[in-house]
Amino acid sequence: MSSTFNVVTSQEYKYGFVTDIEADSAAPGLSEDTIRFISAKKGEPDWLLEFRLKAYRHWLTMAEPDWAKVDYTRPDFQAIVYYSAPKQKTPKYASMDEVDPELKRTFEKLGVPISEQAALAGVAVDVVFDSVSVTTTYKEKLATVGIIFCSFSEAVREHPELIKRYLGSVVPSSDNFYAALNSAVFTDGSFVFIPKGVTCPMDLSTYFRINNKDSGQFERTLIVAEEGASVSYLEGCTAPQFDTNQLHAAVVELVALDRASIKYSTVQNWYAGDKNGLGGIYNFVTKRGLCKGVASRISWTQVETGSAITWKYPSCILLGDDSIGEFYSVALTNHKQQADTGTKMVHIGRNTKSTIISKGISAGDSSNSYRGLVKVQPKAEGARNFSQCDSMLIGQACSASTFPYIEVQNRSARVEHEATTSKIGEEQLFYFQQRGIPTEEAISMIINGFCKDVFRELPMEFAVEATKLLSLKLEGSVG
Amino acid sequence: MLSIKNLTASINGTLVLKGIDLEIKAGEIHAIMGPNGSGKSTLGKVLAGHPAYEVTGGEVLFEGRDLFSLAADERARAGLFMGFQHPIEVPGVSNASFLRLAYNKKAEAEGRDELDPLEFDDFIHEKIKLVAMREEFLDRSLNEGFSGGEKKRNEILQMAVLEPKLAILDELDSGLDIDALRVLGDAVNRLQRADRALLIITHFPRILETIQPHHVHVLSGGRILKSAGKELALELEERGYDWVLEASAAGGAR
Repeated sequence: MSSTFNVVTSQEYKYGFVTDIEADSAAPGLSEDTIRFISAKKGEPDWLLEFRLKAYRHWLTMAEPDWAKVDYTRPDFQAIVYYSAPKQKTPKYASMDEVDPELKRTFEKLGVPISEQAALAGVAVDVVFDSVSVTTTYKEKLATVGIIFCSFSEAVREHPELIKRYLGSVVPSSDNFYAALNSAVFTDGSFVFIPKGVTCPMDLSTYFRINNKDSGQFERTLIVAEEGASVSYLEGCTAPQFDTNQLHAAVVELVALDRASIKYSTVQNWYAGDKNGLGGIYNFVTKRGLCKGVASRISWTQVETGSAITWKYPSCILLGDDSIGEFYSVALTNHKQQADTGTKMVHIGRNTKSTIISKGISAGDSSNSYRGLVKVQPKAEGARNFSQCDSMLIGQACSASTFPYIEVQNRSARVEHEATTSKIGEEQLFYFQQRGIPTEEAISMIINGFCKDVFRELPMEFAVEATKLLSLKLEGSVG
Repeated sequence: MLSIKNLTASINGTLVLKGIDLEIKAGEIHAIMGPNGSGKSTLGKVLAGHPAYEVTGGEVLFEGRDLFSLAADERARAGLFMGFQHPIEVPGVSNASFLRLAYNKKAEAEGRDELDPLEFDDFIHEKIKLVAMREEFLDRSLNEGFSGGEKKRNEILQMAVLEPKLAILDELDSGLDIDALRVLGDAVNRLQRADRALLIITHFPRILETIQPHHVHVLSGGRILKSAGKELALELEERGYDWVLEASAAGGAR
């Protein structure tokens, strides 16, 4: 019976092209000089250089984590280019007209609207290309209600007091190996500040593109929502198709004050390598949100489809009483991809609540693990967690694992964990076929049904994109 | 409509159909009966194209076309329907969207207009009356948490939506109470027309009181041992299967 399952080729990765653009790059390698070079390039204040150097010195003492269920060749950190920027005449584009036409074409090809005229109605975009932010749309309009949405470098120049206050406040520079590396060498990213009482009138979005073959991408995102503020933020990413691996080690920090709400959605489509496992992005990312204020809320929604290796655990620290953390995830792996992803929910305040819905889909020879921690600290009276972790297997050669860690130190806490494993099998597909539905459409329908609880958390356009992306990634998986 | 000649089929190398001959004409209702493990359900699955079975010999023509040259989904779109004995559950896929996709695939194949969700909503509300299904079942996930009877109701609803030329109903009566059996039997009768045919696969003759067959065949050990009119069903009800099997064995010895 197993003969009916066979992995054919998957749809070609359509974002795999390279933009031929002159780059201003650092020489490969990492030392204090590299960090000083980056900091100087960006004209940073001394305190930030110190932050970087401190992180670097700590990083030198750390070992790369090896507890995740992923197997890969360790990156050679001296072979990576830590700074690469498209060459430009002026240090900052005064208007879109100054942006290199080649760069504009790149983002057109990717379907990312970088001019406001062409922009999707209601979405403001910050566009990051290798190490720098290219442009941010709708910045002025947002500024009228006091919202700051700009590249990280600009925020360092224009709003140093905010960066100083919040940078590293959720993910300390010594947090883990990759967070320390990022803290030392991060180049750009996005900064969002929503002032007290303001509901952001449009979705904010950052689009990350790795172009340079030898460069790593180390971006930094910081989102702060003050008392009663709320924002929905979307992140998208692609990379060209190379047969070497590129490292992506980002840090994302979210801070929600009293009654603030941050919704962070990601559709991750980095290049995953070819079907034999050659090339692809190493995605080693630290994402964490701090529900600092009472009744604050942070919600992570991720659709992870790309990358050769994924190591990522978007987490919530529920410090404020009555705060809420949510994690909705779909992780799809095919061919030789490996993902070890999940979340951490740390309950510190009273009556804090968290929800975890994780859907793992494995096809081909891939390995897909959910790893999650629910921790209830002694003072978290009345804390509640609900976790649901479902895995779906397609074919015979893939694997799915679930590693739930539960630590409860308060007797009034209630923690529930449910897990299921299912298989798209012959009987299911035959049922669909017997109703005249071809196999590919049957799989797409079954997968979308499986992921429904997560997709409904995504903003509309993202949900449509995610649905298409999953079908594309699974094309030819079951024959 | 369906012409089966000396059909043999195996699963995992074991021969389970050992030479079936059967002619089904438009307008006819046939019943295949037999003890458990006789190969009745296998026949249905082989005709529908279940991937676990291998056709090892013989020929089947469906409306003049070589049935085995068509993939399972093509057979379905060509008008062959199978009502499953154990319909599968699919979490997250709404019954209504599944029905609509199936309907539209067939409409597309026949060059008819596909229905958008609103048009389909009107269409399906007429159809559920036929099987006395409650509306809420349309919004629920496909067969998920349905009772045995509700699943069977859903199978006949699908038959009503797809209006097949040939419907093979595998053990429709299993898991049904008397009232539900009558409702679904009546629905099947109302769907039957002069240009359609039915193949009822069943262990118990009871269902044949509602859906009255023109021809009854006893299948055992992968062969059809006896064929007759509907009176054979009554005789089987009174006497069981053993006498047919014994008579056949004696015939074989002679």
